[in-house]
Amino acid sequence: MEKFNGKKIFSGIAIGKIKYYSKVQNQVVRKKIEDKEEEIRRYEAAKEQAILQLRELYQKAIKEVGELNAEIFEVHAMMLEDDGFNDSVYNIITSQEVNAEYAVGMTGDNFAEMFANMEDDYFKARSVDVKDISERVLSILIGNSSDSEIGDEPVIIAAEDLTPSETIQMDKSKLLAFVTKAGSSNSHTAILARTMGIPALIGIDIQEEWNGKTGIIDGYTGIFIIDPDEATLEEYQGEKKQEIKKKELLQTLKGKENVTKSGQKISLYANIGSISDLAMVLQNDAGGIGLFRSEFLYLESDDFPTEDEQFIEYRKVAETMAGKKVIIRTLDIGADKQVDYFRLDKEENPAMGYRAIRICLTRQEIFKTQLRALFRASAYGNIAIMYPMIISVDEVRQIKQISKEVKEELKAAGIEIGNVEEGIMIETPAAAVISDLLAEEADFFSIGTNDLTQYTLAIDRQNAKLDSFYNAHHEAVLRLIKMVVDNAHKAGIWAGICGELGADTELTETFLKMGVDELSVSPGCILPIRQIIREAE
Amino acid sequence: MATFQYKITDEVGIHARPAGRLVKEAKQYDAEITLKCNGKNADVKKLMALMSLGVRKDDVIAVTVVGKDDAAVAQKLEAFFKDNL
Repeated sequence: MEKFNGKKIFSGIAIGKIKYYSKVQNQVVRKKIEDKEEEIRRYEAAKEQAILQLRELYQKAIKEVGELNAEIFEVHAMMLEDDGFNDSVYNIITSQEVNAEYAVGMTGDNFAEMFANMEDDYFKARSVDVKDISERVLSILIGNSSDSEIGDEPVIIAAEDLTPSETIQMDKSKLLAFVTKAGSSNSHTAILARTMGIPALIGIDIQEEWNGKTGIIDGYTGIFIIDPDEATLEEYQGEKKQEIKKKELLQTLKGKENVTKSGQKISLYANIGSISDLAMVLQNDAGGIGLFRSEFLYLESDDFPTEDEQFIEYRKVAETMAGKKVIIRTLDIGADKQVDYFRLDKEENPAMGYRAIRICLTRQEIFKTQLRALFRASAYGNIAIMYPMIISVDEVRQIKQISKEVKEELKAAGIEIGNVEEGIMIETPAAAVISDLLAEEADFFSIGTNDLTQYTLAIDRQNAKLDSFYNAHHEAVLRLIKMVVDNAHKAGIWAGICGELGADTELTETFLKMGVDELSVSPGCILPIRQIIREAE
Repeated sequence: MATFQYKITDEVGIHARPAGRLVKEAKQYDAEITLKCNGKNADVKKLMALMSLGVRKDDVIAVTVVGKDDAAVAQKLEAFFKDNL
């Protein structure tokens, strides 16, 4: 028995035969030919078949990993239809009187080299795509099976690296897990593994001799075991059984209402940090998005994202969620999330410093750009806006004044906007204490329990020394939550929880008793919480 | 003949996906469409050629449309750039 530690990409347990996966190498031989027309016909037929394969892959990928991740296959099909690529193949066949295989191989190499020599890293990386398409056509011409065959028995795939097209082509029913050496937790393949829900580890030094041996992947701890002994195998088989049971149970919960035995209903929404999380949101049957952290637009950018850039992203989310509520939080930069181009000063105590709405109200041009993008996108779905780090009624009034101006400007320009609820985060003790006053100004409350807990208990969660003082279920926090919910209801608005506490299953019943209207949690937590709700009285 | 200029705002420039969409868009029109950037030209209907220009963020491109309804085509393409790039 051997054990290795890797980096976990997706949790879960897999037990099975290891299949060492290596890429099919197409051997291209240069052959003189007589019938040029026939070679061109062979190429055309192979190309058509390749495009057909890519179209099928594209459809398969849309279903399995969502439209955004699937687009790469559409691009591959377009590359094959490219006049430049095709002209080069025809030209080599006719001018050199050679076989189609050689012409495709040469063309692929030339174009790949052209991209590889480009300065920009992004374009450099496209040489892999060109190689991918020419190999696909070659496999068809030569008669190699290109579809990453993995046999009839379900296996754990061990490979140096996997391309997105290799990952998606594998028959999912035969795929237990991935283990690779290369890749990062943000690589395309990692994202695919996550959206496909397959246990995956990276950073493990793969050896060919493992092929055919029994392997265990523990995607919870990142451990990879080869040739397990009896006791280990038995232990993991037990865990696997439990995992399957749990999964089956959860699947039966899809499409079911979040309702208790006595008929109390609660909304279960998802927290997301970027567009790529949308697939998980849909797979886990979220009723909407309760917290869309808009920071990623700012964190991933080298300069302020423009109104149009933001509009396109917000619209995508609104359209994908197709009428379900999407609550977008305006930017929460500052504290632990720093961005160079904001040029924020160093602060002694950033958690209590210049951040979130405080930046928005003092640098209104940044705020207005985001609001304009949000209101424009609101015509494409059910968008709600939520403002973070509020401590006073006056702040909310200022925000509403700015938002009113933005709406009027848009309307004057003839731009359509939807009906947008505007709510606030309750994440400071101040906001919780005056929530009766704030409820008169806001359309809804969303309680951010992470900051609320930190500010109420005066405990920094990052400081391990304070662990013994920290109590996530502190009565002070629970009382504040109860007070906020009561004040919301008195004013006729709804109140939800979007912090980590919302996903704490030990508190689900407590929140139901308090009358919380909505819980927003990470997508993977939705079905387990639905189960608790349905079992509650 | 109709022309327009546009400054690329997309973080990675004319990358694969929008380039693919741009080609698709251009192929609908019965006109010759050329994109010029950093002294190099490419036919907008040819994906690889277009990508090989390596157009990056903040590059200013010039698009020339020659053919049927060139003014209207140029307008539509300009709108495409604004929405996607």
